[in-house]
Amino acid sequence: MTTATPSAPTNKLGYTKQDYVGSKSTLCAGCGHDAITAQIIGAAFESSLEGHRVTKYSGIGCSSKTPAYFINQGWGFNSVHGRMPAIATGASLANRQLINIGVSGDGDSMSIGMGQFVHAVRRNIPMIYIIEDNGVYGLTKGQFSATADKGSHLKSGAVNDLPPIDPCTLAIELGCGFVARCFSGNPKQLNAILKAAFAYQGTVVLDIISPCVTFNNHDASTRSYKHVKDHDFPLHDLGFIQYSEVEEVEIAAGETEVVTFPDGSKVAIKAIHESYDPTDRFGAMKAIHESMEKGEFLTGLLYINPTQPPLPQVLNLVDEPLASLGEDVLKPSPEVLNDIMKSLM
Amino acid sequence: MTASLAAPSHASGAKTRINDFSIQVATVNGSGSQTANTVLLRAIFQMGVFVSGKNLFPSNIAGLPTWFTIRASAKGYVARKASNEMLILMNAETAKEDIAKADTGALVIYDEPLQLDKLREDLAYVPVPFQKLVTASCPEPKLHKLVKNMIYVGVAARLLGVDMDEVKKAITKQLKGKAKAIEINQAAAVAGYDWAMENLPEQDHIRVVRDHKTEGLIIVDGNEACALGALFAGVTVVGWYPITPASSLVETFIEYADEYRKDPKTGKSTVAIVQMEDELASAGVVLAAGWAGARSMTSTAGPGVSLMSEFIGLGYYVEAPGVFFNVARTGPSTGLPTRTQQSDVELCAKCSHGDTQHINLYPGTMEECFQFAYDAFDLAERFQTPIFVVTDLDLGMQNWSSKPFAYPAKPYDRGKVLDQQQLAEVKDWGRYKDVDGDGICYRSLPGTPGGNGSYFTRGSGHNEYAQYSEKPEDYVAVVDRLKRKYETAKAHVPGPVFRNLGSDKGILAFGSSDPAVIEAQDILSEGGLKTDYLRLRALPFTAEVDAFVKEKKVVYLVEQNRDGQMANIFRETYPEHASKFKSVLHYNGHAIDARCIVDQITTFEQK
Ligand SMILES: Cc1ncc(C[n+]2csc(CCOP(=O)(O)OP(=O)(O)O)c2C)c(N)n1
Ligand code: SF4
Ligand SMILES: [Mg+2]
Repeated sequence: MTTATPSAPTNKLGYTKQDYVGSKSTLCAGCGHDAITAQIIGAAFESSLEGHRVTKYSGIGCSSKTPAYFINQGWGFNSVHGRMPAIATGASLANRQLINIGVSGDGDSMSIGMGQFVHAVRRNIPMIYIIEDNGVYGLTKGQFSATADKGSHLKSGAVNDLPPIDPCTLAIELGCGFVARCFSGNPKQLNAILKAAFAYQGTVVLDIISPCVTFNNHDASTRSYKHVKDHDFPLHDLGFIQYSEVEEVEIAAGETEVVTFPDGSKVAIKAIHESYDPTDRFGAMKAIHESMEKGEFLTGLLYINPTQPPLPQVLNLVDEPLASLGEDVLKPSPEVLNDIMKSLM
Repeated sequence: MTASLAAPSHASGAKTRINDFSIQVATVNGSGSQTANTVLLRAIFQMGVFVSGKNLFPSNIAGLPTWFTIRASAKGYVARKASNEMLILMNAETAKEDIAKADTGALVIYDEPLQLDKLREDLAYVPVPFQKLVTASCPEPKLHKLVKNMIYVGVAARLLGVDMDEVKKAITKQLKGKAKAIEINQAAAVAGYDWAMENLPEQDHIRVVRDHKTEGLIIVDGNEACALGALFAGVTVVGWYPITPASSLVETFIEYADEYRKDPKTGKSTVAIVQMEDELASAGVVLAAGWAGARSMTSTAGPGVSLMSEFIGLGYYVEAPGVFFNVARTGPSTGLPTRTQQSDVELCAKCSHGDTQHINLYPGTMEECFQFAYDAFDLAERFQTPIFVVTDLDLGMQNWSSKPFAYPAKPYDRGKVLDQQQLAEVKDWGRYKDVDGDGICYRSLPGTPGGNGSYFTRGSGHNEYAQYSEKPEDYVAVVDRLKRKYETAKAHVPGPVFRNLGSDKGILAFGSSDPAVIEAQDILSEGGLKTDYLRLRALPFTAEVDAFVKEKKVVYLVEQNRDGQMANIFRETYPEHASKFKSVLHYNGHAIDARCIVDQITTFEQK
């Protein structure tokens, strides 16, 4: 462990925030993706993640470059366009002890990688699946993506005639047990959601609206900082309380709803806007659809159900990482081969 | 019964073919004929006679024509034989065409109402009243359609001189423990046998005579052999997507894993098997699992390899291990999905965009399917790269007799992986640094504690320290090292097998062509043309392959595709010898036979 400055605060593991940074970002100044990276670093530090257990996966895009910019202590895998979920699936099966963070873009996940997104969510891969959603293909210089709102304009003036695909309602439909929408310009909310996400067992889908300052931040865009700020409707004040063996935290009753994770961690949800129940799947769908029709971004924890078993549990895998099993466990004996040969005679 | 079983040609004094003939059975798929055919094959095998079976099936679940050929050979030739001495015609739709194609003198067993006996005069006919026999032998009308086929097994057994006890044993074996099914099927076979006993004269056209050639041998298909190789190699992550003829490899593995890959105490599984949404995802799972330290595999065919190819390039460039079985079928496109071909030689050799070269293993026997599957996992981890094990439908799905597999005693080679302590001790570690000069670098596995091993894997340009780089010298250093790594592999892949009769004329083949080449070599030799045969077993080419190519005046390169794909690789690798390679090709979807090799080589020789 390294210490940045003698006075820097440390977390439960004795690490400073500096221990969770990555390489220097090469994205455009002001890109929403960098704000998300900063929140991942902060939340990982506050959650005292063991850096060596962190794996970071991505596809291709500006967003997919960002795993290089956080948690250098972890292993990164920047793969091919739209295929991050398969990489997360393979690695998370190989080693159940990894903390899997996947970063993708709206192009990476909602077009070329739609099949893999859908099936990873359906399988409940233990991972945080972040979509850094700017409504465009940043890296290929600003073409529309499939999350672009109908009627939104490119800088060139081109208009999008097709309806958007919404990752959040799709994820809820697919049975995802942790679905949230955030805005890269609302660090407090993002921080609480990321911390809750780190404690969650299965697939977390985070659609984070993340303006592309270079290609989609103009007045006619529905993904510009200004537009999103004006239309952001945070649903609630969130508090995340990580499970601790020493202190059991009491949450005051009243307006606050508490969801408890299997490990004992808790999310306290205090509604700001009308009563929104994030444990009600159909109610959540309805509220999201209604808000979309009004052109609002409902942000916060849209849906939560922490009971679904993640894939390694469904497959009934041994607790030890498959990657560390040795020949003594894996290779059947000569007697077994002999029996098999006899059965084929 | 009036039929004379002496066919015209035979009546003129031909010798009885003892333990040396082919039978072709024409049925409708989905009718349960596969069980009957396997029983007949097994019964002959149990008589101690070398036998091989080829199922020519349609891409359809039920209702289309299927042919199954069984070849018995005292000399041990197990390739498909183009001519058949016995036909069993159960399919009304194809019967006329089957008769038209029959070889002169063939014995034709057929369903009586088909009335085939007027079609040709040079065949010997055995009409069998199947419906009558099945009604009498099987009390349950529901099952008539299924057990009807077992009646021809009884008739054929009687005509060939196969012991009924062997037929019964084979039925018991085939229907593993299903007592009622065994009873019904045995009754049907006996009914056929008894009927033939009473109604048919002896024939001396083809006979089975008890021998001892198959004692201690097993019957297996290549997919099962590969599945067993993977089981013993300790595969821990399998991502796959169904496709003929590759599905049964994973499906058989699943059956074995259920039994042998459960923790005895907890009942928990030591292997993760996931049927993915497609082959792209399967390839990603395999490579990422390999990257994270698991032994991983998938099984697919040509269309699947095409879909995987972007990922395979990633695996090659970032150096992630994984085993890719390609059980090839007849392409391009859907092609003939249930027929065999060595269709993907070039695809697997260079799969993906950019400069890529892959280690390929070409098993040619069942023992090699087992052993190479086992070795592939060592090679994948040693060379940190995707490994192709290339078979085809003929090897993968047909029945082959084989010596039992030897236990793979060689310990696993997990390759150059640094653990926590080594990472703490190593100075200036770089993921892509060629410390040993063999092109193979040291890797670390995600999750290793200690804070020293982490690195960033990327399919974009990188330097020795796995950092992003677009510098020309960094790029060239990596791809040149990958080429060195491929050179290193020459000393690690299985070398060729020779069958030299003493000649400066060479035959070169690989995979499922082997039995046909051996037979062809003998036929050519009897006709005065001696050849030396090299059976290639891997890419890259080893030193013995170099020497063979240099020594021989001519190399007949036998392969089962239209374009001479392997010949292309040879011409590219040995440009100064390019004119030596003469392609001997077979690509109609059927397994290659000796005759077509003999004919093509003879034609070349006459030029
Ligand atoms: C197979 C393939 N097709 C196309 C591309 C080109 N490409 C690179 S990034 C990208 C779009 C990325 O968009 P998004 O995921 O939204 O990321 P952003 O840059 O907006 O963060 C495309 C089409 C590619 N890399 N691979
Ligand atoms: S192009 Fe857009 S998405 Fe890409 S780095 Fe620049 S601002 Fe971010
Ligand atoms: Mg985008």
